[in-house]
Amino acid sequence: MSQLATFYERMFFIRRFEETLLDLFSLGKLVGTTHTYIGQEANAVGLIDHLDPDVDTIFSNHRCHGHYLAFTDDAFGLMCEVMGKAPGVCGGKGGSQHLCKGNFYSNGVLGSIVPVATGIALAEKRKRTGAVSTVFLGDGTLGEGVTYESLNIASLWQLPVLFVVENNHYAQSTPVELELAGSIAARGAAFGVEVDELDTTDVEEIHGAAGRAIARIRETGAPFFLVLDTYRFSPHSKSDDQRDPAEIEERRTRDPLLVLGARLSDDERRAIAARCEERLAETIEAADAAPAATPGVAA
Amino acid sequence: MSTTAQSKRGAQALNEALHAIFSERDDVVLFGEDVLDPYGGAFKVTQGLSDAYPDRVLTTPISEASLFGVAAGMALRGQRPILEIMFGDFVALGLDQVVNGISKFREMYDDQVTVPLVVRAPMGGRRGYGPTHSQSLEKLLLGIPNIVVVAASECHDVGALLTAAVDDERPVFFIENKLLYGRAIRRPDDGHVGELAVRESGDPYPALTFSATDFTEGAATIVTYGGMLPIALDAVTELVLEHEIFCEVVALSQLVPMELDAVLESVARTRALVTAEEGTLTGGFGAEIAARVQEASWSDLGAPIQRVAARDGIIPSARPLEDAMLPSVQDVVDAVMSLEGTR
Repeated sequence: MSQLATFYERMFFIRRFEETLLDLFSLGKLVGTTHTYIGQEANAVGLIDHLDPDVDTIFSNHRCHGHYLAFTDDAFGLMCEVMGKAPGVCGGKGGSQHLCKGNFYSNGVLGSIVPVATGIALAEKRKRTGAVSTVFLGDGTLGEGVTYESLNIASLWQLPVLFVVENNHYAQSTPVELELAGSIAARGAAFGVEVDELDTTDVEEIHGAAGRAIARIRETGAPFFLVLDTYRFSPHSKSDDQRDPAEIEERRTRDPLLVLGARLSDDERRAIAARCEERLAETIEAADAAPAATPGVAA
Repeated sequence: MSTTAQSKRGAQALNEALHAIFSERDDVVLFGEDVLDPYGGAFKVTQGLSDAYPDRVLTTPISEASLFGVAAGMALRGQRPILEIMFGDFVALGLDQVVNGISKFREMYDDQVTVPLVVRAPMGGRRGYGPTHSQSLEKLLLGIPNIVVVAASECHDVGALLTAAVDDERPVFFIENKLLYGRAIRRPDDGHVGELAVRESGDPYPALTFSATDFTEGAATIVTYGGMLPIALDAVTELVLEHEIFCEVVALSQLVPMELDAVLESVARTRALVTAEEGTLTGGFGAEIAARVQEASWSDLGAPIQRVAARDGIIPSARPLEDAMLPSVQDVVDAVMSLEGTR
């Protein structure tokens, strides 16, 4: 399969996984909350293709499913975790936004994850593993000051951290214009960190820029600040969306699946869609059949 | 109270322990503000360490909130970070990391990870540093599940406590009362500290139980920790000399998870309990102990539990005002004396 088809399949699967979660919530099959990645798939797929899950690390945030699936490909573990099933990747203890598997971590307090990713980079640098520590921020995260303490430390100590800001223009319901002053890119530059900024939903462009950023980190050992302009089509969590429908429709013309899909044949797209639907159905069936997480009983 | 043969000061004992730990384990890294030589930390506990191990001692920006997270990230990846917080008051800046990360990672990630870090935090007043550099904030940590809080006292083997903290797989908050740094360590010698008989129980963070009567009788148990221990011991001496009242003192070193075997054993003998802490009264160490002791040993108690603590307010800078705020020898004596009228 071509690289483009592989990217499309990964993105399509994330899209359908997330849409399915929202459906399951509507059906009352899921409780709690979730924050879907619908619309942002090209970021995770384009960037994480450059990471080695056996060496590199990711610290993600509440909107972590796309990152998790792109890095681990563990749909069953994630589905069970969100469903509160015993074989969930954290035994049902973490749920949607508190995941851990191998070198992947996520947590639900935004700025809080940034220093932890910085500490991971410090540890890996000391151990000389060559690992890059990637941390996913959003425009909302930039409101928490600990982010800047961590940028300062990562630059000062020349730590191999990739700071990825996925600017989806909303902090929950608050538009970026009401929560952020100044320039996002300048925030990285102010600390002497190399910056790149993209406004695209084209996974090939994101793949190229992320590849250059990660290669720079591997070459210099220094941090990098990558700003990705993006948009989520889904609500912040489940049904909390008061955005102008016209704005969402306009952004849908740049849907990353449409942009990439146009470069594939109809047959390729159909085959990929069929495979993803089949895998998703199997995943849900298996997760449905799995035992519920039970206090005091190990999975 | 006479000192034992060992008269090493607290700061020196901790410093020697750090040097020993660094020579034993090369996964240990210490970082904090102003920890490099020749300064060697605000209280000189890290002196000589950066000269001996320049790659493993990092001086940091003034970024406590981030540093707690950096320590967590290092610990997640198999290092053994020791974070020195210059004044324990600044632990408040790192509490998000403690509450939402450090204390949660292991359990919420279903035991896939451990977070073996040590945060060293100098706490306590009586040095005139004023409201934001004198507090004993241990109680902010007492209610956080899945962490360990250890408090060194001048009668504990502080080096062994610190070594155990570094070896611990759990996150450990290591409380050092500032007065400990300059005071002589008084380890039990032949089962005694001065005139008091001492028993040590619990591992690796033992409790010390002191008795003025070789554990044959006692009017009350005083449970305390850290910098309040010398005050409690002075109160015991005064109660013997001035009032012929004999008490036991239990000095915990493990505050969290709270294990009170030594306290319950002592209360079974004395039938009365006074708690003594330097932090403010409400919602503190004494409150938690009182709740647990009455649950576990109601029938052993012959009198209401008394709490001695700082007043619920700020710690003023001026010496007479600070003295009036913080719990004193007289406060402990008064609390024990007050029991006499209640049973």
